[in-house]
Amino acid sequence: MDAPQRPLPSPLTPEAKPYWDGAREDRLMIPKCRTCGKPHMHPRVRCPFCASADLEWVRASGRGRLHSFEIAHQILNKAFKVKTPVVLAMVELEEGPRLLTNLVNVPPDPAKIRCDMPVEVVFEKQTDEITLPMFQPAHLTQATHGSSRTDSGRYK
Amino acid sequence: MKELSNAACIVGVDESDELGTLPHKSQLTLHVEAVNNAARDAGLRVADIDGVFTAGQHSPATIAEAIGVRPRYVDGTTVGGCSFIIMVGHAMLALHHGLCDVAVISHGESGRSGVGVSPRRDVAVPGQFEAPYGFGGAPTYFGLITTRHMHEFGTTLEQWAQVAVSTRKWAALNPKAKNREPLTVQDVLASRPVVWPFNILNICLVTDAGGAVILTRPDRARDCARTPVYVRGAGEGAEHVSLTQMRDLTFSEATRLSGDKAFAMAGVRPTDFDHIMLYDAFTSGPPLMLEALGIAKRGEGVHFFEEGRATPGGRLPINTNGGGLSYTHSGMYGIFPIIESVRQLRGECGARQVPDVRLSLVNGMGGMLSAAGTLVLANAR
Repeated sequence: MDAPQRPLPSPLTPEAKPYWDGAREDRLMIPKCRTCGKPHMHPRVRCPFCASADLEWVRASGRGRLHSFEIAHQILNKAFKVKTPVVLAMVELEEGPRLLTNLVNVPPDPAKIRCDMPVEVVFEKQTDEITLPMFQPAHLTQATHGSSRTDSGRYK
Repeated sequence: MKELSNAACIVGVDESDELGTLPHKSQLTLHVEAVNNAARDAGLRVADIDGVFTAGQHSPATIAEAIGVRPRYVDGTTVGGCSFIIMVGHAMLALHHGLCDVAVISHGESGRSGVGVSPRRDVAVPGQFEAPYGFGGAPTYFGLITTRHMHEFGTTLEQWAQVAVSTRKWAALNPKAKNREPLTVQDVLASRPVVWPFNILNICLVTDAGGAVILTRPDRARDCARTPVYVRGAGEGAEHVSLTQMRDLTFSEATRLSGDKAFAMAGVRPTDFDHIMLYDAFTSGPPLMLEALGIAKRGEGVHFFEEGRATPGGRLPINTNGGGLSYTHSGMYGIFPIIESVRQLRGECGARQVPDVRLSLVNGMGGMLSAAGTLVLANAR
């Protein structure tokens, strides 16, 4: 495998271990509270909504919506070697929690991307230990939809 | 809470000897210069200081040692660039209760040259869940806030650019401002792309700078060198650190909390001000702050800039020092809007002096609208 083109997640914290264990097997795992029923991210040892310690890990559907995005023409971190421009994104999972991620398999063009478009998880292996969840437009796996329409040039 | 209104006055303000690119000065030196200059402005001796407040990489003990005092009150609350604004409230509380008699809030940051700087960051969340995707540096976060605002309210790149243009007009009138040449919307739109929706001229300067503010109780303030500026109200709030935890990207709960508290303490409405200083790390910041403070309707903060209300000669001047966008921005900018507000209330601002300023608002953010501080300042009780 080629050397990673990105800074790898560091430090890997104990409370987040099931997240990274899941990602390594192409599963998006998130913590969920058994007391109030709400999932959350990033992983914590107490529920941020009700402070319960009774948490479990559940597999997220991998579907969500693009809550916001931006197009980076330069990345400050020298360990990030992916060719720019890249689409930096915030995704809201259909379960509720939001993640920072990259939107991939889409032109890095604000006219071709819009907030709230449906997205789905894809997994990009970095090393034997680390796989990163990323997201792509959901239509890419829904052949019945044909080409998805975005109202080009929404953001002037 | 109301009994704290007017419990303290700002009696001294100043910057470090120089602002800009200062590779010949350490960060600590910028603090020491600013504190000494502010004490001189107040007509006080540095030795009179018995309360030391600072945020950032140096503890208040380090500042106290550097200026040669042994304080009986220290505060190092560090919640981002607004920490200095928040500390005005903290200092007021300490002064009111007699826990100290002369408080200094000090800022020094070698943000551009990095002289005597030791970065210390909490990386557990960003190192794991943000950096692998290219996040890091403020523009990669504030861009998400800005795009979402454009999506929900139809705000345009041209409107954000108007904020930079308006602020530059003020900078042209401030001899201490770094960038003073005229700026057009087209200049902003054509400048180097950094992180869409931001070009370089949507983003604040990166400078080396220090600043300090000195407070005391009103009885002692009367003996100081300048017209005292009364702290009529002070408020603070915090909502999140990671942007994923912010409930609504287009509405800062921290800003609202801080404003509501400050306005209630002062007994004023958000629309009562005749001068406003807002923390402008990005062109989209001030409009969002106006909205969260209840001064503008949701989505309409940019109108203050594009319609000229905020610009020289306008009815509600905003960021009259030229802001973080054109005057100076060392990294934690919050001390500088306080300094400008005090100078405007004293009537010391020369070409950029706003006529008849009586009530001035200072509001700033820490992190990505994560925390906020608001002050209501006046030149009379």
